[in-house]
Amino acid sequence: MTVTTRLERPVIPPDARRPVRRRRGRQGRLAAVLLLPAAVVVFGVVLYPVVRTGIVSFFEVNSATPVTTPFVGLRNYHDIVDNHEFWATLERTLYFTIVSTGLELSLGMGLALLLNAPLRARWVFRAIVILPWALPTVVNGAMWRGVLNAQYGSLNAALTQLHIIGSYHSWLGSPWGALNMVILADVWKTTPLVAFFLLTGLQSIPAEIYESARVDGAGVVRMFRSITVPLLIPSISIVLILRTIDAFKVFDLVYVLTRGGPANGTQTIAYFTYVQAFSDQRFGYGSALADVIVACILVLSAVYLRALRRTEMSLL
Amino acid sequence: MNSLSPTRRQVLVGGLAAGAALALPACSVTGTKAKKGGNGSGTGTLQALFMQQAGYSTKDVTAMVNAFHSANADIKVTPTFVTYEALHDKIVSAAVAGTYDVVLIDVIWPAEFASKSIVADITSRYPADWTSTMLGGALATAEYQDKQYGVPWGMDTKFFYYNKTMLAKAGVDAASLDTWEGVLTAARALKSKGVIKYPLSWSWSQAEALICDYTQLLGAFGGTFLDGSGKLTINQGGGVDALKWMRQTIVDGLTNPASTTFLEAEVEKTLNNGQAAMGINWTYYLGTSNDSSGSKVVGQMAVQQTPSGPGGKRPGCNGAMALSIAQGSKNQDAAWKLVDFISSEQQLDQYAKDALPIWKKSYDTPSVVQSAPATFAAAAKQLDDLILRPQIANYNGISQVIQVELQKALLGKKSAQAALDDAVKTATPLMA
Repeated sequence: MTVTTRLERPVIPPDARRPVRRRRGRQGRLAAVLLLPAAVVVFGVVLYPVVRTGIVSFFEVNSATPVTTPFVGLRNYHDIVDNHEFWATLERTLYFTIVSTGLELSLGMGLALLLNAPLRARWVFRAIVILPWALPTVVNGAMWRGVLNAQYGSLNAALTQLHIIGSYHSWLGSPWGALNMVILADVWKTTPLVAFFLLTGLQSIPAEIYESARVDGAGVVRMFRSITVPLLIPSISIVLILRTIDAFKVFDLVYVLTRGGPANGTQTIAYFTYVQAFSDQRFGYGSALADVIVACILVLSAVYLRALRRTEMSLL
Repeated sequence: MNSLSPTRRQVLVGGLAAGAALALPACSVTGTKAKKGGNGSGTGTLQALFMQQAGYSTKDVTAMVNAFHSANADIKVTPTFVTYEALHDKIVSAAVAGTYDVVLIDVIWPAEFASKSIVADITSRYPADWTSTMLGGALATAEYQDKQYGVPWGMDTKFFYYNKTMLAKAGVDAASLDTWEGVLTAARALKSKGVIKYPLSWSWSQAEALICDYTQLLGAFGGTFLDGSGKLTINQGGGVDALKWMRQTIVDGLTNPASTTFLEAEVEKTLNNGQAAMGINWTYYLGTSNDSSGSKVVGQMAVQQTPSGPGGKRPGCNGAMALSIAQGSKNQDAAWKLVDFISSEQQLDQYAKDALPIWKKSYDTPSVVQSAPATFAAAAKQLDDLILRPQIANYNGISQVIQVELQKALLGKKSAQAALDDAVKTATPLMA
């Protein structure tokens, strides 16, 4: 919590006033010039496409180089709501988001607690743990596709040699199984990131609180529940929002690992939008889908922020 | 805060307003215009987009491009290679930017690309004698509404390949593989005698490869894609029988169940690793099976015409490709020189074992036929009888719908009839 004090503007003698204003003007220009690249990026690369996508979603655009683009009002949005495939895809994406984020949070919390322990070669473990996250997502997808291959993947080989399964299994063969494998690939890659976020939060909790709790006779579980988790709420809410947004938008992993199959079983909303907009060239419909994704993410984020503001340690 | 400087809110609103003002279309909603192409000077640099999967290999194409460079010192070609699955989307997204001058297109795309002005009309560039010197089946590859939008490059169809050694072990006579029923009998024999667990391997992943396999079986079982009025008829007669047959081979354990995740490359690998005994694949496959660096079955694979169905029909899936000039290319004369050169008889004859030549004379030239005698023997019969997938502008979207429904049937989630009925129901509005 910050405390603001209102500063009294100092009384400036008249003859000294001009140099002050000139310095402020020059600083203002310098500030404007330095901010210009960022402004170009934000308005050019972020705001312009967002506004343009919104506009295109009200037209029927069926080609990258269209000849006519009739205005259709809300028909694209209407078609989205009427499309059974869209709701199935949304359901799949929600499942992916919730399970993936939940797993990452729980495993990440466990990892963070372990990495926070006072071990001798702690830095070695931290370095190893960060490696999956350093992998580019496309490489991660290609790697898991090799690992999960039904004919000669290493997962099948390992499990049969350990006698855990009897014969080679087609991990990406069924829609349900493939979706869970995509979740596995995503969790494997992103848990280190979550762990490090939570580790930072853990390290900022003063040790005295734990000591006094131990003196009062609190057990490990009680300390975790009553001290660690409440004090970690800001970190957890950051992680939840970031990971939810990322998981909702997942595309490259699906593209490389399964290309949306089998039987659209791993088709997430972002992949569905890509297929509609860029593969089938229905740009109006695809733009409307993109806007719907944004709306969903905003709703999810609002839900989180609301739910987590019960304690004093919330972000709001 | 200085009352004269704008508040944060004013800046944000001003920025949004400026962005909206910029976004309002000057001449087009998407803010893009169709790139105007130009003939160019006949020299310069060309960007060409090829495929690195089946057909002519990367090595073949690089050799062809090098030969072109020797013959045309003032044109430089930079080839790019992508997988087939990425080729369509790359052509579409690059069309606006005008990145490529020459693109490789599949036989199923001329309708879409021509109607959306992505590839140029090159009817006027066609020499008159091509109508008599080019294979009849090849001439129609890049044709749409009686105009030519590309030069055929690499006739291709799926042949039936089988492992002679494994068949001999099971005591199966190769002559019985002339019908699909015979293939099933052979597969049962291979399985029951313990020669191989899953004798058949297919490319039934959710991709165009699945439609190619389905098309070939659809033809064999006497089905059709469209009726005379242009309506989808895959949910009738032969269309349903073919899908039921496909599903039954999985249920009976004759087809590798992982086939629903395979593309042609995986069929190639399973056959070359001795993990399958029979399968259908493109022309290029036989060469890879005899490449000792990757194949464990060198000299064991044989090729024949695709088996016939119950009615005796046996059309092969037309998997030809064509080289097109991008509509937005500023160098169309030079692009034509490249296309003309690498599709000439002299060039294609050298790589006949990877994809079939488009010229009639090649099939009578002894040296060409000798480069892949078994393939040419099968091609001589199969090329006369090819089945085309529907040539409609929105084929891409319809194919995706059919792929999903076929997969649902193959995975046992729906019956074949229900899956095809749903496919027709969902795809029909997209046909308009």
